[in-house]
This record gives sequence, C-alpha cells and structure tokens, in this order.
Amino acid sequence: MISSHDSLRLFLAAADNDDKVRVDGEPRAALEADVVRCCLSRKKEQCSFVDHRDVRLVYRQYAALYIVVGVTDTENELSIYELIHNFVEVLDKYFSRVSELDIMFNLERVHVILDEMIQNGHVVETNKSRVLAPLHALTKMADAS
Amino acid sequence: MALKIVKGSIDRMFDKNLQDLVRGIRNHKEDEAKYISTCIDEIKQELKQDNIAVKANAVCKLTYLQMLGYDVSWAAFNIVEVMSSSKFTYKRIGYLAASQCFHESTDVIMLTTNQIRKDLSSPNQYDTGVALTGLSCFVTPDLARDLANDIMTLMSHTKPYIRKKAVLIMYKVFLKYPESLRPAFPRLKEKLEDPDPGVQSAAVNVICELARRNPKNYLSLAPLFFKLMTSSTNNWVLIKIIKLFGALTPLEPRLGKKLIEPLTNLIHSTSAMSLLYECVNTVIAVLISLSSGMPNHSASIQLCVQKLRILIEDSDQNLKYLGLLAMSKILKTHPKSVQSHKDLILQCLDDKDESIRLRALDLLYGMVSKKNLMEIVKKLMLHVDKAEGTTYRDELLTKIIDICSQSNYQYITNFEWYISILVELTRLEGTRHGHLIASQMLDVAIRVKAIRAFAVAQMATLLDNAHLLTGNMQRNGICEVSYAAAWICGEFSEHLENPMQTLEAMLRPKVATLPGHIQAVYVQNAAKLFATVLKSQEGNTDSTAAQETSQLMIERLPLFVQSANLEVQERASCILQLVKYIQKLQQKDVEVAEEVSALFAGELNPVAPKAQKKVPVPEGLDLDAWINEPPSESESEDEQPKAIFTKEETKHSRPRHIEVDEKELARRREARKQEQANNPFYIKASPSSQKVYQDTPGVEHIPVVQIDLSVPLKVPGLPMSDQYVKLEEERRQKERAEKKKKEKKKRKEKRSGRGKKHDSGPESEEDITPAHMVDIVTEEMPENALPSDDDDKDPNDPHKALDIDLDNLGEMAGRRPLADSEKLPVRSHRAVEAAKSPGEDGDAETVATQQPKKKSGKDKRDDKKKDKDKERKKSKDEKKKKKHKHEEKEEDLLRGEVHEPVVQSEGISQVAELPTSTSAEVSDLDFWLSNAPVPSNTQVESPPLPLPLISSVNTPLIHSMNYWSVICCFFSRNLSLYCLPMWISDLFFCLVLIFLTLVFFDTASSLKGHITLSSSILQPSSV
Repeated sequence: MISSHDSLRLFLAAADNDDKVRVDGEPRAALEADVVRCCLSRKKEQCSFVDHRDVRLVYRQYAALYIVVGVTDTENELSIYELIHNFVEVLDKYFSRVSELDIMFNLERVHVILDEMIQNGHVVETNKSRVLAPLHALTKMADAS
Repeated sequence: MALKIVKGSIDRMFDKNLQDLVRGIRNHKEDEAKYISTCIDEIKQELKQDNIAVKANAVCKLTYLQMLGYDVSWAAFNIVEVMSSSKFTYKRIGYLAASQCFHESTDVIMLTTNQIRKDLSSPNQYDTGVALTGLSCFVTPDLARDLANDIMTLMSHTKPYIRKKAVLIMYKVFLKYPESLRPAFPRLKEKLEDPDPGVQSAAVNVICELARRNPKNYLSLAPLFFKLMTSSTNNWVLIKIIKLFGALTPLEPRLGKKLIEPLTNLIHSTSAMSLLYECVNTVIAVLISLSSGMPNHSASIQLCVQKLRILIEDSDQNLKYLGLLAMSKILKTHPKSVQSHKDLILQCLDDKDESIRLRALDLLYGMVSKKNLMEIVKKLMLHVDKAEGTTYRDELLTKIIDICSQSNYQYITNFEWYISILVELTRLEGTRHGHLIASQMLDVAIRVKAIRAFAVAQMATLLDNAHLLTGNMQRNGICEVSYAAAWICGEFSEHLENPMQTLEAMLRPKVATLPGHIQAVYVQNAAKLFATVLKSQEGNTDSTAAQETSQLMIERLPLFVQSANLEVQERASCILQLVKYIQKLQQKDVEVAEEVSALFAGELNPVAPKAQKKVPVPEGLDLDAWINEPPSESESEDEQPKAIFTKEETKHSRPRHIEVDEKELARRREARKQEQANNPFYIKASPSSQKVYQDTPGVEHIPVVQIDLSVPLKVPGLPMSDQYVKLEEERRQKERAEKKKKEKKKRKEKRSGRGKKHDSGPESEEDITPAHMVDIVTEEMPENALPSDDDDKDPNDPHKALDIDLDNLGEMAGRRPLADSEKLPVRSHRAVEAAKSPGEDGDAETVATQQPKKKSGKDKRDDKKKDKDKERKKSKDEKKKKKHKHEEKEEDLLRGEVHEPVVQSEGISQVAELPTSTSAEVSDLDFWLSNAPVPSNTQVESPPLPLPLISSVNTPLIHSMNYWSVICCFFSRNLSLYCLPMWISDLFFCLVLIFLTLVFFDTASSLKGHITLSSSILQPSSV
C-alpha cells in the first residue's frame, strides 16, 4: 500500500475474517478472492511476503484476522510489516483489547483510524495518541449533540 | 397523516443502523442476497427523507454494502448531500462514502468542488482534515486543477495536522494535474525543513515518490537530503531518504562515494531491521552504479554480505526471505562474494517455506561452477521428486535448465549427463515446460556435435516408449519433447543403432493423437529415417528388405494424409507420392538410396534469432509491392473462390522464382560470398574443431568409450543421471592420474594439442576437462544485431508527465519563469499573489543578473565536463525552438486536452534542456559533492568582468573539482561588493589574500539558505 499505490487502498472487512484490497478498474471480487485464497493457504511457518501478480503482498495474522497490504516491489517490506503491527496496536488502544467483533461493528471508526495513519498510500502518523485525537474529538461531538 | 410519516421515519431511524445491518447480514447467511435487497430498499426510502441524520445513516450503511461488493453508484448524489452537511459527524460519513464509492467517471464529483473548497478553508481543523483525506481518494484532474491553489495555501497552515495532510495530497494533485508541480515545488521544498517532524516526513515522502520516477530533476536536492539523513532519527523518514538516494546515485556516481560512509555507519548502528535492510539495499545499488573503477568498496560489499548472512541465518522467516532477496541483487555484480556463502544457500533449499526455497533457487544460478554443477543439480532433482505443488516443481525445472544452460553451457563438463537429466525431466507429470526441455534437447544436439550419437540413442528410446506416456502427453505440455526427439532422430539418423525400429516407432497409429505440429515433424523425419534405412539396406544388397521398408511407409502414411492438420496432410501426401515412386524404381532394381538421401543432405547450423534482420534486401526488391495485383473490392465479393484458387496455384508454381537470368544469379552469389567472407559469425567450410579434436593426440586417453559401455542404454527410457556423477568422479580421478603420468613425460615432450593445455598447474576448477571435447557451435549472429533494446516504458505512466525541470524554480527562477499559462488557476479572491511570490520574486530579482550567471555557470562546466558538454552544445541551438514549443504544448494542455504523448515529449526535451539551464545549480551540487566549500548564494550579483579570469584559471583544472573555481566565485562576488580597482590591477596573488580575509567575513555573514546547511556537512577542505 504505502507509496505509489495511487489506486490501492486498504479495506477492512470483517465479513470473512479478512482485509480486502481494492484496485480501481479491476474486477474486485476476483482479486479479493485470489488474495484471500493466497493468504489463507499459507502456513504459519511460511514468511509473510508473497508475490501476487504485479504486487507483493505483506500480511500479518492476528488470530483469525489477516491484515493484508499490497505493495510495489520497491517498498520496504519490513517497514510495512511494522506498520501493520502499529495499526493493530492503535486499534487495540482505542478499543482496549480489540477483538474481531470490534472491527466488524465499528467499521467506520476503523476507517477513521486508517485514514489518520495512511493517506494516499503514505504513512501520515504513527503516534498512537495523535492518531486517535480526531476520533476522540468525534465521539465528544457525537455525545454533545 | 403527516404525523404518521414523521413518526415512521423516526422509527426507521432507530430501526436499523450499521451495527444492525452487520448483525442482520450475519444472521441471514442462507438468504443473504434477499436480505440485502430488502435492506437496500429500506435505504432508498431513508434517502428520500429530509432528515439529514437518517440520510447519513443510510449512506453509512451503503458504504458497508459497497465494501461487500454491491453497486451503490446510484446513491452518489445523496452522498454529496451528506458531505455538505454542516455537522462534522455527518460530513465525515459523507466523505468516507465518497472516498470509497467515487471514481473518476462519477459525474457528481463536479458538484463537490465548491463544497470541498469551503471545507478546506473551514476554521475547524478536522473539517479540513477530512476533506483532504477524502480528496486524496477521489481527486480528478478537474478537481486537482481547481483546488491546487487552495491546497497550496494549506501547505503553510498554522496547524501541522493540516500541513502534513496538505503536503501529502499534493502528490496526488501532481499526478492528476502535472502543471501544478512547477508553481508548488518551492513551497514543497520549504516543507522539508518544517519544524514539525510529521510535515517533514510527509514532504520527504512526496519528494521521494516524485524523484523515484524522474530522479534527474531532483539531483540538486541531494545536499538537503543528505543533511536530513545524517540528522534524522525517524526510521520512516530515513528509509524514504535512503530509498531516494538509491534512485539518485545512478545519475551521479560521486554522490555514491559520499553516501557509502554514512550508510555503513547506519548499518553498524541501527537496531531496526527494516532500516538495516534498506541501507544494505541502497549500498548494493550504490555499489552497482559505482562498480566501474572503485577498487576499495570490497569492504562495504563484505559488510553487506555479512549482515545479510545474519538475516538469512535468523529464525524469522521474513528476514530470511528478504536476506535472500537482497543477496540476489549482489549476485548480479559481485558473484564472488556471494559464492562464499554457498553452504547457507544450499541449506535454504531445504527450508519448509516454498517462497524461501524459490529465492534460494534464484541464488543458485550464480553459485554453480564446473565442479559443483552435477552435485547441485542432483540435489535439485531430489527436490523435483519430492515437490508436491506443480508450480514449485515447474520452477525447479526451469531453474535446472537455466543453471545448466547459462552462458553457453559454460559449466557443463559432461553433456551425456545433461541429456540424461533432460530425459529424466520428461518423466515429470503435468509440467508446462515440455517446450523448454525440447528446445534444450535440440540446442544441445545441434550445437554439441560430439554428443549427437548419445543424444540420438536416448531420443530413440524416448520415441520407443512414447506410447507409454502418450495418454498423459496429450494433456500436458510434455509431448513437445517428442517433437525434439523425432527431429533429432531424423536429422542425425546416421547415429542410430537400429533405424528401422525407430522408423516403426514414429509411424505408429498412436502418433496421430499428437498435436499437429508434432505430427508434421514425425512425418518429415520418418522420411529422413527412410532414406537412412534404404541406404543401409541397399548397402547390404538386401533388396527385399528395402522393398519391405517402402511398403511399411506406404501402409502407414495414409493415416497422416487424412489428418485434419494442413501441414501434416501436405507433408504426408508429398512423401507418400515420393515413396510410391521409389517403390516403382526399386521394383525395377534401380539403386535409389543415394538419391533419396541426397534429399536430406547438408548440415544445419543454428541461426541467431535476429539473423534475418541482417540479410540485406537485394536491390530492386520492394517487399511492400504486391506480387499479384490485389483484387479490387468489387471483384473480391463474388470471385472469392477464384482468388483462393489462384493463390494455391502460385504456391505450387515454384519454378517461377528461377526465372532470374544466369548473370544475375552469378552476381548475387558473388555478393553473398563476399558478405559471408566479411561476416565473422558465418561459419565457414574450414575444417571444424571437431576434426582438430580427432586428430589431436592424447584424446584417446579420455575414457569416453568406457562411459558409453557402462551406461545402461538398453533400459528403456531410464537413463540414470546419477550414475554420471559417479562416473564423472572416476573420470576426473583417472584424468588426474594420467596428468601426473603425463607431467613426467612432458618434461621431455613438447606440448601439443588442445587437450594438454590445461595439464599443468594445480587442480583448479578450470582444469576439469570435459568428457567430450565439446564443440559448441555458436549461433550465426550477424554483426550489429543487438539484443532487443526496445523501450518498454509504459506510455501511459502518469509519472511521465511529472518529469518537469524544477531546479530553475527556486533561486534561479529567472531561467524559465512561470509563464502566465503555468500559474495555477485561481477562482477565489484570496491573496494568491503572496502564494505565488517565491517564484516570481526570484524571477524579478534575477532577471537583471541572468546573463552573467548563465555564462559563469557554463564556463565552469565547460572545464569540468567537456565530454558531456559536447552533446549539450549540439542541443543548445535547438533549445530556443524547443522552449517555444513547450509554451505551445503547455497551452495545449491547459485547454484541457491532455495528450499523453505530448506531455511525454515535453518531459524528454526538458530533461535534455536541464543541464544547461541549471548550470549554476549543478555546479552547486558539484561543489557539495567534491567537499569544497559552497561558494556563495546564488542571488549574489556577479559582474560580467571577472569572466575571462575565471575561465583562464579554470582551464588547466579540467575534471578536478577545484577550489580555484570556488575562489573565483568568491572573487566575482566579493569584488563586485568591495573593490573593483583591485582586480583591474590583475595581481592574482593580492586577490588570493583578499579572498582569504573575506572568506571568514563571508562565512560569518552568510547565514541564510542552504549554504549554512551544506557547510555543516562538509568537511573542512583545503581552503
């Protein structure tokens, strides 16, 4: 995802325990299915990088949840790997011990977090409290109204 | 009534929110589609309400459905409505939906322009933030053009939260609207030094991304980035910067030299694996670009390899994978240093992870040598047997062939072994690479003359047993192998032990189930075999046997005559007629064998793929001219059958070609001979090395015959390559023993023959003599035929449009000021002029001094890079014209007709223009790179008078980055400021003194711009 992926955005879908990737202009469902199959078929002892067509998938597994990021081959795979963990840590902080259901039922909040961390394929913010600041502001606003 | 509606809507509002939807979908697993369609109906109802809260809720649900893959484009207008809500909670839902659902062809996007502009200038930072985030997902060229200026203003917003988002989104804007890059760049550059690390990192991200695509235009930023690299502690930023340098170094080798040291320091000091990996990667890239003429970098390579070894040895599979990946990059340029880690890589072949094994396979390519090839391939063959997945097995197969055939079979000492490996590979079920194996078999059999007898024997067994495999072969690609087998048996049939048997094998009815092109080869080569068989049988004066052979052909061929494949049919019927005629002659007791085999006489040589291009077109031959007049359109409709008929006629009337008169023929022959004589790649009819080999004394010592005997050829289809490994060992041992013997003799004898050349000296890799004296026939390759150098760049790459010369924007804005047409279109009446000022101010200031600056820059460069200059000078004349063209083109673009090719050509010509137009910048960079102090701010006015002096001083110091030019620059500056009369006196020594005194003054006073920055990184130079 990070960099050069003008058309790639990470998508969260709790539906089938998988994150989803969207590429504009490509049959999304087919790509999704491919990626999901690709990641689920991999065993624990295999490494977290897979070449899939012209993107390299970096994924990380958290219990039943996979977080998958597609990057170009110029990207630093390890940094993405860390970014995924950072993202999960932020989720964990916000939902205090995040579970799959949290993500499933609070999808729009997860989107906000993701938008704060990543913007058009670049890392914007990695500081947990700063990522969550707008979200807290939002909840305050909602409570006030 | 009205109350009821309101009540209903409120009910519905509390009825189902997103959570309920998600829960509902999960509870209706069986009839999900039905449930969702009812939900969508509800949402449609909700969207009709006036209540914005209901609408927002509906849009929120739609976003979720969109993610599940349902089409929600019908609600685009409602999304815009929600976006324009004044409440942030709803606005955010609207923007989220927009960012997920909108794309370039969504027409309601046009309606959002003003709303977004309003949000961008909102006093609430979160409003602005959400607008920027949303915009980054659905920005279109139109939006980019209209909003570029607003976003540019936001880049200097007081809040870093907004600044960093604005900076990041600029990249998207540049992509969609390349014209905005030039006006926005100075500000972007400023952001590199923003006090907030987040903004800084965003700017680094954007510039790195831009520079990776068009590195040339960003070379001048190198000093700034260098400073950031040495000062920053943010690993994210560091990785980006290091990546950027990786892109820049190929353009500027001196930069590489400068980088090595800090990078190696980072490698030593960092604890972050990602940063370490990036550093190693870049060091590799730097070393690749430096690989010529840098003898002392072996230390860095060693360091990299060591670090990578640590990565590979790590238990973490990810690190292992990346280590191998990086290792393969080193392999390309420094194979020696990787080879020492062979043990480790072979170990990785046994890894449980397939992707790691694949990476290790890539590396093996560079690991092999004559000594270990057999061993490695044996190991791979074991893996082939074990491999479960076909993809991995196919990969193994191609790798085995790659490894063996690399650099013209350099590492193969025993081709019998290789052929048997290939035959073993044919037993793989379900491989896609039958074609690859086949082409290898053909290649080896044709080019290695000594192996032909063995190859033919193997192929004959393969053909004999083909029927066992045919069932499978039909399905998978392995049947291609029989193509090769048939061809080899036919072409080199003189080596066959039992040609009759092979002939029968090739004419089995089962053959008809093979693909057409293979059948065609079978038929053709059956004819070749027939010729050989006839020859041997007539030699035995056994006339009945010969007649029986003909009878066999006549019986079997009709099967092929009936083939649906045109090629098979044609060949079969031709050959059938021929055989029938031969049979007639045989019945009259005429000796025909000689004439039949004459049909297939002559040697076939391999021809390079591009050879055809080099064959000159004879004079007077127009390849584009019609041979027959094309049928006119009116004719073609009703007379099509006739046309086909005439076409066929021409096919058969071959003699027509031989109407050229004798003189012409003779002339052509002469020309051809001339051509061949001049062509170094044409293999002349001189005695081949094969013969030389046979004459060479001492060759008898090589126990080829023994090997042949011990190979279990009679075991059908089961040659064991493993045996060759043992045999090879024995052979080498014997050889060694013989050599020792010989060495004693040799003192008395004189050396002669090829075989003995390697005899002396210790046993090294090169000393392993091949079992066969291999005559690898080189392909006939005409001179000048280059490997394809086609430009494979994607013309649709949006980054091409961003290849814009940026150096002249900052201080040197005068060179190519922002034309009116380039200014960002402004709709609002905000203080845009201020935003635009950096470019224009600089412009106004430097206009007066433009001319001298240009000259001094040029003179300096003349001395430094004369060779490069030659090209540039050529283009100088064209430049004015080009400039003119640019303006036109840009105007074109502004009219909204984005012609990709035009943009491209603009980019290219601007690159050509870059060096001269930015000479001052370039020389700044030169100074920085050469560790000399940076002379002065570019805004300093240099008088025209010192110019002759500069050039006179500089001329002897070509290519060396000299501080003389620095001194001169100071002169030019200081003189203008202080004492002109001094220089009229032209006392050089005095000037130096003055300069030295002023240097201190100068460094103390110049506190602005990048000078201070760069001087802090520079080591003190001799000045």
